[in-house]
Amino acid sequence: MTIKTGEGPDIRSSRLAQEEYSKNFGDIHPPLASHEAYVEADRCYFCYDAPCTVACPTSIDIPMFIRQISADNVKGAAKTIFEENILGGMCARVCPTETLCEQACVRQEAEGKPVKIGLLQRYATDHLLEEGDKVFERAALTGRKIAVVGAGPAGLSCAHRLAMHGHDVTVYDARKKAGGLNEYGIAAYKSVDNFAQREVEFLLSIGGITLELGKGLGKDLSLAELRQKYDAVFLGMGLAGVNALRAEGEDLEGVVDAVSYISDLRQSKDLSVLPVGRKVVVIGGGMTAVDAAVQSKLLGAEEVTILYRRGKEQMNASEYEQDLAQTKGVTIRHWVKPNRLIGVNGKVSAIECEYTENTSGSLKGTGETFTLNADMVFKAIGQNFIAAPLNGSAEVVELESGRIRVGEDRRTSLGDVWAGGDCIAGGEDLTVAAVEDGKVAAEAINAFLNA
Amino acid sequence: MADISSNFLGIKSPNPFWLASAPPTDKEYNVVRAYEAGWGGVVWKTLGENPHVVNVNGPRYGAIHGNDRRLLGLNNIELITDRSLEINLEEITRVKKNWPDRALIVSLMVPCEEQNWINILKRVEETGCDGIELNFGCPHGMSERGMGAAVGQVPEYVEMVTRWCKTHSDLPVIVKLTPNISDVRQSARAAHRGGADAVSLINTINSIVGVDLDLMAPTPTVDGKGTHGGYCGPAVKPIALNMVAEIARDPETQGLPISGIGGITTWKDAAEFMVLGSGNVQVCTAAMTYGFKIVTELAEGLSNWMDEKGYSSLDDFVGQAVPNVTDWKYLNLNYIAKASIDQDLCIKCGRCHIACEDTSHQAITATVDGVRKFEVIDDECVGCNLCVSVCPVEDCISMVQMTEGTDPRTNKPIDPSYANWTTHPNNPSAIKAAE
Repeated sequence: MTIKTGEGPDIRSSRLAQEEYSKNFGDIHPPLASHEAYVEADRCYFCYDAPCTVACPTSIDIPMFIRQISADNVKGAAKTIFEENILGGMCARVCPTETLCEQACVRQEAEGKPVKIGLLQRYATDHLLEEGDKVFERAALTGRKIAVVGAGPAGLSCAHRLAMHGHDVTVYDARKKAGGLNEYGIAAYKSVDNFAQREVEFLLSIGGITLELGKGLGKDLSLAELRQKYDAVFLGMGLAGVNALRAEGEDLEGVVDAVSYISDLRQSKDLSVLPVGRKVVVIGGGMTAVDAAVQSKLLGAEEVTILYRRGKEQMNASEYEQDLAQTKGVTIRHWVKPNRLIGVNGKVSAIECEYTENTSGSLKGTGETFTLNADMVFKAIGQNFIAAPLNGSAEVVELESGRIRVGEDRRTSLGDVWAGGDCIAGGEDLTVAAVEDGKVAAEAINAFLNA
Repeated sequence: MADISSNFLGIKSPNPFWLASAPPTDKEYNVVRAYEAGWGGVVWKTLGENPHVVNVNGPRYGAIHGNDRRLLGLNNIELITDRSLEINLEEITRVKKNWPDRALIVSLMVPCEEQNWINILKRVEETGCDGIELNFGCPHGMSERGMGAAVGQVPEYVEMVTRWCKTHSDLPVIVKLTPNISDVRQSARAAHRGGADAVSLINTINSIVGVDLDLMAPTPTVDGKGTHGGYCGPAVKPIALNMVAEIARDPETQGLPISGIGGITTWKDAAEFMVLGSGNVQVCTAAMTYGFKIVTELAEGLSNWMDEKGYSSLDDFVGQAVPNVTDWKYLNLNYIAKASIDQDLCIKCGRCHIACEDTSHQAITATVDGVRKFEVIDDECVGCNLCVSVCPVEDCISMVQMTEGTDPRTNKPIDPSYANWTTHPNNPSAIKAAE
């Protein structure tokens, strides 16, 4: 990211007093105290074939863990969660529960107030991480070795499950830290106190998992080499590419890729040194757009506007996230697309927008335009899979719609290679879905190795 | 406005709500506060002989809570008053003089010797109190010394002491019964034979309220040890209701006035005790949980209900449900009911299904045509009401009587006539009688 402060567009750091940063980026959902958890747990009906569990991509036995909380067995509750979702702590923080378990909760139907499953899950998992109890043991060692590419939710989930089965796992990641989007994506206020790293430590405590950081596929490693060296390979490298705006002025200074800005923010030890525009425009309609917009606002931007080319219902950001953005003072404008970015001395200063409409299934500009002043423009219109690092293999991993094609068991077109997370076709852009991919693939790999 | 004033054994009070003999009625200070709050009467905490008893100096209470710390049951190991007889008598005299319109009953417990009772009765009469209640119920501490429940558990003693009191005093005598017996009617009959003007029940139930799994000792724990205490509060209400009803419908004690006690927390609880034959009610745990102010809700709620039902005085409804309490053998076996689930109210939690499927009659579906749906299978439903009991939504499942056609479970036509076990062919006694 190259942002220079000075004349022209108003982009600068230290917009706020120091204490405001810690206040703004504090935990967005303060954890439940134990009595609150008891009371909330009491609201669970312990449904038969519980709709919440059905709605959970990792099938956590939610009524069971809530009953365990209720019965003062918090450790047992955490184990119930981790058995299905080893990243249950992060998922408790970042899952769009309002469209998953909590939407399915029968209390949602009964009274519009679901049991706070996410907060209860956090209560249980936090407890276990704080106590540091060991809940998982490895099976007898098999001597089999598996390479996992990508230390994000999919890769870590896969590695943990494989380690449980007694296999030895090496996890490679191009970045300096493990955690993937848990560490580099996700708004800071959803994962405070270095939680992503603490969770990685917890996950690794099972043993048998070696992290090889700073090693990326296509640079330091090749798939062919991994396949030769290991009994199986799991690919969970996520989406490395950022979609381009394809609008005039995209290269102007001050036009920033939201994903890397969020990453910089997450890695920043002192948020006051992070420059942010006075007037910020975010282009996109997903979680990344909301995270960039809200965090800009929290860093002290005066005006933050999200431009989305379709309507509220089509936004990938959940309704909860949209509400959060608006509560934090972000304006969301629907049915608007950027036509071109206007610059002064090579720096962005405004954005020309055009209203859009959906006529007979295709989105078109109406011709009516307006101009928004902007000191900083975030691109958050999605990411794409970069297949190049896979190339050079003797055999090619087949793709589908630009991502890796997998079967039900997350096996790729190569018999000893599995994949999961955002890099696979049909990937849902959800942490919890990536965790499930990793888990399913690990079980399939285990079965393959035992066959 | 309905008249909720009460006349129990000729003792008048502005409402039927008395505070039971217990910690809330141990001192003038508390009793005056209760009267100020609107309580109709109090039964003064049990007096004993000098030297007065002592209490433990550690915890006296233990509780059962719901998840939100709602107190569901309370257990205590407190003894009778631990203040001197003189101080209590002096306070009682003063309170009665200052509050002539309120009932003031004095609870008594002395050793089982006639002279001991004669002695205390004379002194109590001088206070001007409205009556006495004989504490034959306290299940802990005092019972180890041959008093309280130790008396109440022996009908002969109940009758004997009651008779002494009736012989040596003109005050109305209420005999407070212990539930820690196998058949409460035996104690009530004994009190009746002894000439009791009324019985009051229930006293507390012997209990260990919980065990501290770290200390390996019952709670409340006094220096590492615990003892059984007396259980009370909302949890004991069903037990008390049954005992009240048993006495109310017993031909031997029919008409014997009853002061109902046991977990009364709301006006509705009180009304339930009264329709089962209690002329008035006594309250303790609810006051100890929430303070004396609750009497406002009790009185106001009862009055509103009476207005709604057209009852002008307490006598209009006291005992009204007694004729409908019967023995199992007289229940109509031709009455057929089936559960019915209101699909509009159903939130699809599936509790009815799993309860029925796992533990009962396999009479509720989980899916219909592959869709999550809970429906009663009349062919299997025995009308047991378990689904109604476990359903979290009020009125979602109801029991609907079948009045015509054939019961699909038994394939027998609905018989509109009444028939009970006494005449049922499967009843060996019935067959014998027929022969």
